Amino acid sequence: MSGKLKSGRQVVEGSYAVAHAVAMCRPDVISAYPITPQTHIVEDLSQFVADGAIDSKYINVESEFSALSALVGASAAGARAYSATTSQGLALMHEVVFNMAGMRLPVVMTIVNRSMSAPINIWNDHQDSMAERDSGWIQLYVEDVQELVDTTVQAYLIAEDPEVSLPVMVCMDGFILSHVFEPVDLLDQESVDEFLPLFEPVSVLDPDNPKSFGMFVDPEYYMDFRYLVEQAMDRSRSKIRDAAKSFKPTFGRYYGDLIDTYQTDDAEIILVAMGSLVGTLRDVVDDLRSKGTSVGLLKIRAFRPFPASEIAEATSGAKVVCVLDKNVSLGTGEGAVCTEIKASLYNSGVSVPVMGFVIGLGGRDIPVDTVQRIVSKAEEVIKHGVKVKSEFVDLKHSLIS
Amino acid sequence: MKEIRIHGRGGQGSVTAAELLAIAAFEDGMHSQAFPSFGVERRGAPVMAFVRLSDKTIRLRSQVYEPDYVIVQDATLIEAVDVAGGLKADGTIIINTEHNPDNLPLETKAAVKTIDATRIAIDIIGRPIMNTVMLGAFAGASGEVTAESIKNAVRDRFPGKVGEKNADAVQSAYDRVVGS
Repeated sequence: MSGKLKSGRQVVEGSYAVAHAVAMCRPDVISAYPITPQTHIVEDLSQFVADGAIDSKYINVESEFSALSALVGASAAGARAYSATTSQGLALMHEVVFNMAGMRLPVVMTIVNRSMSAPINIWNDHQDSMAERDSGWIQLYVEDVQELVDTTVQAYLIAEDPEVSLPVMVCMDGFILSHVFEPVDLLDQESVDEFLPLFEPVSVLDPDNPKSFGMFVDPEYYMDFRYLVEQAMDRSRSKIRDAAKSFKPTFGRYYGDLIDTYQTDDAEIILVAMGSLVGTLRDVVDDLRSKGTSVGLLKIRAFRPFPASEIAEATSGAKVVCVLDKNVSLGTGEGAVCTEIKASLYNSGVSVPVMGFVIGLGGRDIPVDTVQRIVSKAEEVIKHGVKVKSEFVDLKHSLIS
Repeated sequence: MKEIRIHGRGGQGSVTAAELLAIAAFEDGMHSQAFPSFGVERRGAPVMAFVRLSDKTIRLRSQVYEPDYVIVQDATLIEAVDVAGGLKADGTIIINTEHNPDNLPLETKAAVKTIDATRIAIDIIGRPIMNTVMLGAFAGASGEVTAESIKNAVRDRFPGKVGEKNADAVQSAYDRVVGS
């Protein structure tokens, strides 16, 4: 490959598609450390740089900690910066993840979602990005490769908005989306340039006008800084909506704003999920609807900021909500999405039972009949008022008894 | 929607075959999805790859449990892996072997087709890499994808002489299956 990258509809690997989308965003600086299943993304990007297909500085580093640290400097100096990582790599970045958000640096990072050790496992779930949920990064989850491409471009628009100025994680399911080949419309440079203006940093490191980022502050100041991050996070809600809406006229695609709903209007049972599982759930909803089951789907696109009011509104008419969590907050017996949905409904006036299902950890496959069994359990709750509790789905009892 | 499962051993290009099949089907105007089985790949170890083909957008993300077609790149896998597991009764399994279907230790109600793909690969490509040959056989046996699109996908992936030889091998396997 050399020169110009090919745009238009074609079958490519999900990792290539995200690398292509990043390239179209014209990042000034890329720094990443390879780790499965993120590796193909950074291999493709470094190839683009080596071939001269993109005009980015690629900084090789010895660890994820250094990769994100390099981007703190790059972004503070006014560069549009990009990284990608997963699992243990994200965990190694943890300290810098918080710093990045606290310094209000609008870096975009692809998280190729993978489980956390131990035991070591390279397959998909959401435990890595969930562990960073309190860091001040916006978190967007995508359903398929096309949404991944489109959301990557939207992510820079959201992050770099002066009213937001926060970093964004675009979360894609490891292997399921990173290693899939499927048709995708790769964006052309001209359209992306029109959609995404050049990065105009709110404030930059400049020797002629010295400033500091990430200073030491005493108790007189710290809490207020954190409050400002929360305010920026809150302002990002309308920016996420705007980015989704303004994307549509040029590119013809729209995925909802902070959430998307499918067949929820009259649904008694609402399934909630994030990421690629949503695709499978759409098939299940269509199948069960054709057999007369009143079921719908709520997809969470933005986990941070959390779409509490949208979820309350979408579930207000339901008889039961089933949250399918690809993570577990150990010690609570359920996934973080389930806990947060219950918390957000508590003061909203919506009193609908919420069933939590921890599912698909470490890449355990989620077949259609597993989802159908979850819907059957929800029907039991509606019919017989069975006590609602959370559970781990498809456990191998022979291994744990 | 049609679902395809490819069995091979690490190093036989099963994942590449799945990708090429998805690209070829897309060229034929279909929606397609190809993905590896989620295992650690080691040379020689049994591996799987999956393909879905449909005239509508493919949303399903689970592994394939009841395939319409199974492609077996290495007949020694029959004794190691349940290659016909879940295969639909009206489906087809295509096996790389010099033996007749009747002589295989295989239990299935599905149609069994065999082709000596390794021999074709050695004769035409010059190496015992049979993944593209098996795609030609699949095109001939299933009619789900055209040989022309498979050949284009192969030429695109392997530019130059290697691609041309592979394309010839695809055609040879296709002709052999259609003619049989």
